[in-house]
Amino acid sequence: MDSTVTTGTNEKVWGGGNQPLNASYGKLMMWFFLVSDALTFSGFLAAYGFSRFKFIESWPIADEVFTHIPFFHGNYPMYYVAFMTFILIMSSVTMVLAVDAGHKMKKNAVIWYLFLTVIGGAIFVGSQAWEWATFISGDHGAVETRSGRILQFVNADTGERASLADFAKTLPSERTVHENKNGLWFTAEGYMPSYSLAEIEAGLKEHSNIVIRTEDIHQEGEHMGHKTVLSREASLEKIKDGKYVVEGANLIHNEYGNRLFADFFFFITGFHGFHVFSGVIFNLIIFFNVILGTYEKRGHYEMVEKVGLYWHFVDLVWVFVFTFFYLV
Amino acid sequence: MAHAHKLEIFRGLVKFKSNTQKIWGVLIFLSIITAIEVALGIVKPQFLTHNYVLGMKILNWIFIILTLVKAYYITWDFMHMRDEKASLRRSVVWTPIFLVAYLLFILLVEAQYIYEVYHDGFITWNF
Repeated sequence: MDSTVTTGTNEKVWGGGNQPLNASYGKLMMWFFLVSDALTFSGFLAAYGFSRFKFIESWPIADEVFTHIPFFHGNYPMYYVAFMTFILIMSSVTMVLAVDAGHKMKKNAVIWYLFLTVIGGAIFVGSQAWEWATFISGDHGAVETRSGRILQFVNADTGERASLADFAKTLPSERTVHENKNGLWFTAEGYMPSYSLAEIEAGLKEHSNIVIRTEDIHQEGEHMGHKTVLSREASLEKIKDGKYVVEGANLIHNEYGNRLFADFFFFITGFHGFHVFSGVIFNLIIFFNVILGTYEKRGHYEMVEKVGLYWHFVDLVWVFVFTFFYLV
Repeated sequence: MAHAHKLEIFRGLVKFKSNTQKIWGVLIFLSIITAIEVALGIVKPQFLTHNYVLGMKILNWIFIILTLVKAYYITWDFMHMRDEKASLRRSVVWTPIFLVAYLLFILLVEAQYIYEVYHDGFITWNF
């Protein structure tokens, strides 16, 4: 190209001040950030897919992991997370309405819609925290084998999951949580399961209606898609492989099945939850700015639009997390 | 900053009078899709879980396609991608789609291989 061409309409092309994409600097930078953040989340979800494909025949079934609703007992898979999804979409709608009101310079409408968006985000983060707490504290309890596989227990008569407390036999034992005040300070253990392995084994022998359910998913036949339930004899044999009693889930043990499931759950929903949290903070900041009239003075509400982009992106990510963690 | 909004969705099948109306219309559409997903996730009809297309359960295909549909409407209508210039839209959308498709291809093929090593090897991983 000839750099000396300076005639006519092309005069200012290289002089700056052009917007070839018809978007402001701030908005473009937000899109830049969102693209890179999308790649980060995709990396996490792809890694999740990698681990899941490795253990495709024994991966936990999400319907059986997330079965609780606050304040209700019983088995309600999916409903609570569907509620969370709806809350997030709803707060996306109030955000886009705030952006729309901003275009029309309606200050009070922006204030109200941003307020509702913040409330929606707070409900979502709260629900996420509750979901974590429920996941961590666990449901029925399980036994982990030497190879790290999880053995769960089922009532053979009803086909329903049996909790450790339902059948474990209480044996006299002197064993308590080892705290550092009772010995060497560096040998304390943080947590001791409610039952010892010996108590589970003795209880299993006594209760003839309790059988073991392994991680393996039937790949064909009438039980296809369900976890394998062992016979009574096989259960008594299998329990000998047990090494730990697991209650709940953390980064090392996971009573719901493969421990990688818990790791990815904490990592991906945690990273997303952190995004929602920072989104709520951003929304709060611009909420107060709108009240103070900052954008009214500036003459436009583009900041609401930029934060709005971020907020919708958080919703967008959740759509994918929802699909790959809870549905597929 | 008053942009002109394009007020049609479904390629002009549904037209809205104002941007606000379009937002509510898209919300209704997204809610219906989510409701379908949740209902299928709870019922899990057997003819969808027991039949495979291109190596994946039909149910999972439905979930992934519905997810992409939802992602499209969130980006196009909530993030106003519909109103942006084609050059901005393409550089934001196609770059991640290309990179993610590539990453997924590599990782999932590799995972399938590792699965086969675990599955067909002479070492038991379950003891």
